[in-house]
Amino acid sequence: MLRFLLRRIGLIIPTFVGVTLLTFAMIHLVPGDPVEVRSGEHGIAPERLAILRHEMGLDQPLWKQFLHYEGQVASGDLGTSVVTQDSVWTEFIQLFPATVELSVCAILFAIAVGLPLGVIAAAKRGTGFDYTLMGASVTGASMPIFWWGLMMILVFSVALGWTPVSGRISDQFYVQPITGFMLIDSWFSDDAGAFRSAASHLILPTIVLGTVPLATVARMTRSSMLEVLGEDYIRTARAKGLGRFRVIGVHALRNALIPVVTVIGLQTGALLGGAILTETIFSWPGVGHWLVEAIQRRDYPVLQGGVLLVAVLVMLVNLGVDLAYGLLNPRIRR
Amino acid sequence: MATLDTVAVAAPPPAAPLPGSFATFWRGFSANRGALLGFAVMLGIVVTALLAGVIAPHAPDEQFREHFLSPPVWQAGGSWQFPLGTDDVGRDILSRLLYGARLSLLIGLVVVTLALAAGTVLGLTAAFLGGTADVAIMRFMDIVLVFPSLLLAIVVVAILGPSLLNAMLAVAVVTLPNYTRLVRAAALGELARDYVTASRCAGAGTLRLMFDTVLPNCTAPLIVQATLGFSGAILDAAALGFLGLGAQPPTPEWGTMLAGALQFYQRAWWVLAFPGVSILVTVLAFNLLGDGLRDALDPRLQR
Repeated sequence: MLRFLLRRIGLIIPTFVGVTLLTFAMIHLVPGDPVEVRSGEHGIAPERLAILRHEMGLDQPLWKQFLHYEGQVASGDLGTSVVTQDSVWTEFIQLFPATVELSVCAILFAIAVGLPLGVIAAAKRGTGFDYTLMGASVTGASMPIFWWGLMMILVFSVALGWTPVSGRISDQFYVQPITGFMLIDSWFSDDAGAFRSAASHLILPTIVLGTVPLATVARMTRSSMLEVLGEDYIRTARAKGLGRFRVIGVHALRNALIPVVTVIGLQTGALLGGAILTETIFSWPGVGHWLVEAIQRRDYPVLQGGVLLVAVLVMLVNLGVDLAYGLLNPRIRR
Repeated sequence: MATLDTVAVAAPPPAAPLPGSFATFWRGFSANRGALLGFAVMLGIVVTALLAGVIAPHAPDEQFREHFLSPPVWQAGGSWQFPLGTDDVGRDILSRLLYGARLSLLIGLVVVTLALAAGTVLGLTAAFLGGTADVAIMRFMDIVLVFPSLLLAIVVVAILGPSLLNAMLAVAVVTLPNYTRLVRAAALGELARDYVTASRCAGAGTLRLMFDTVLPNCTAPLIVQATLGFSGAILDAAALGFLGLGAQPPTPEWGTMLAGALQFYQRAWWVLAFPGVSILVTVLAFNLLGDGLRDALDPRLQR
């Protein structure tokens, strides 16, 4: 087990260097000089440009610049936003909980709805329910979620007035950020309505971001269950007289879950991609919204640092899934 | 001799078509109603795109100054002049959608062709050369896969500048690892087969082995991936258009139309609804088609 662990962690390092190479290349591939890009549209005098270029080490050979960048990244310095002058790390860590809150809720929603639906579809294979659910599932997986989100706003917020249009909580509440997770912070705040407001702001974004994972989970659960239901131990369980519910809900489901859990874990990247669109639509103050704004403001240090952080996050989650899978299933450790 | 004769007589079952023939494929494919539906819708979209110039009632960027945001025909105030209504500068939405079908198919075609061509060459190279080249190519693909695809596409567009062509390039880059991995895995599987060894012994060069001997036997998973990649490309390019990083206005690209609708959709639902439905139906059709092809072409992946 230790060898497996060390090898997986060892594999992370070249990938990480590769990722930094890409983010380093990115800033150099952007048309225009990084200093001029930083100084924005105001322009800059040639002498000052030369001085700044020297200060930033841009007159050095590329490989020296890359080593310097590696050193900066290793020491946690991801640069400074051109717009706010705050460090990229500070901005990221303030916005990150909002993205985590939304993503976790979306995944929980997808599992809570998708798993039972998939199990029922497998148990009732070939029925109208099964066909309807599989049709809905492929539709959900094909959904342009940026459009889906706007349609939900149109129906539930504008026409019916059930849910708020954007943000994390109404302006009338001030919640002291302790954990950064609005649901938790508002629960412990003195204001009784704060939690209700936070929850109602979260509903639509959760559904929108959870739609594609929901479709995936339902489909995966169904096919995984169908595979398991054909196994010998299921026939044994049935033969010894166990009830239908017990066979499907306990014996089959437990074994069918392993591939489903893996797929959910490996969807983190896709989920964060979806978060970019969802946060943009709902003005949700998270990392995705921040990155889109960085592009619109041509704030390249934020884009560079933010992309690197997101990539590292995906890498770590994938590593975690791998390790967990290795723990659960000794066969793949070799 | 007698045994050989009986084997020869008994071998071909009378009715069943040969495995791998078109008839076998069609039998599996046509049993899948979803796949047939997807195929029919796809044909419809292709015909629509080809005939857009004939069937569209107006030019896609013709502005009717007296008809800003007029509703679709079945709603009060709508008229047959603009069956699906008009947008905020008085352009006919139906005509824009019909012309937009051309763009979406073009996007899918360009992206899939680029990614498929590059992925095939890279995947075959990795499989045939092995060693350092294999490690280098596959590690690079792993690195690309670490980035969420939409985010990486955004970064590529940020570097190249927003335009439809750059958006297509970005999506092609992002989907490249899928094709490369697939081709490599399929080629490695074939390389161990006897017919490859035979061909090599007969003196075939590496290039001939790669493209003439091995590649034709890897096409089934590639066709499936290309079909599913078509829908992914349309979806991603529309998302980039929606974020203002893809096709630029006044191009009638569906995602770009949605971005343009942002300020008006709360009082004119039709500006929002129809482009989105077009994206959904197109993507859905290709996904159904891809699922059907997978079940029919690749028995190993059947559930």
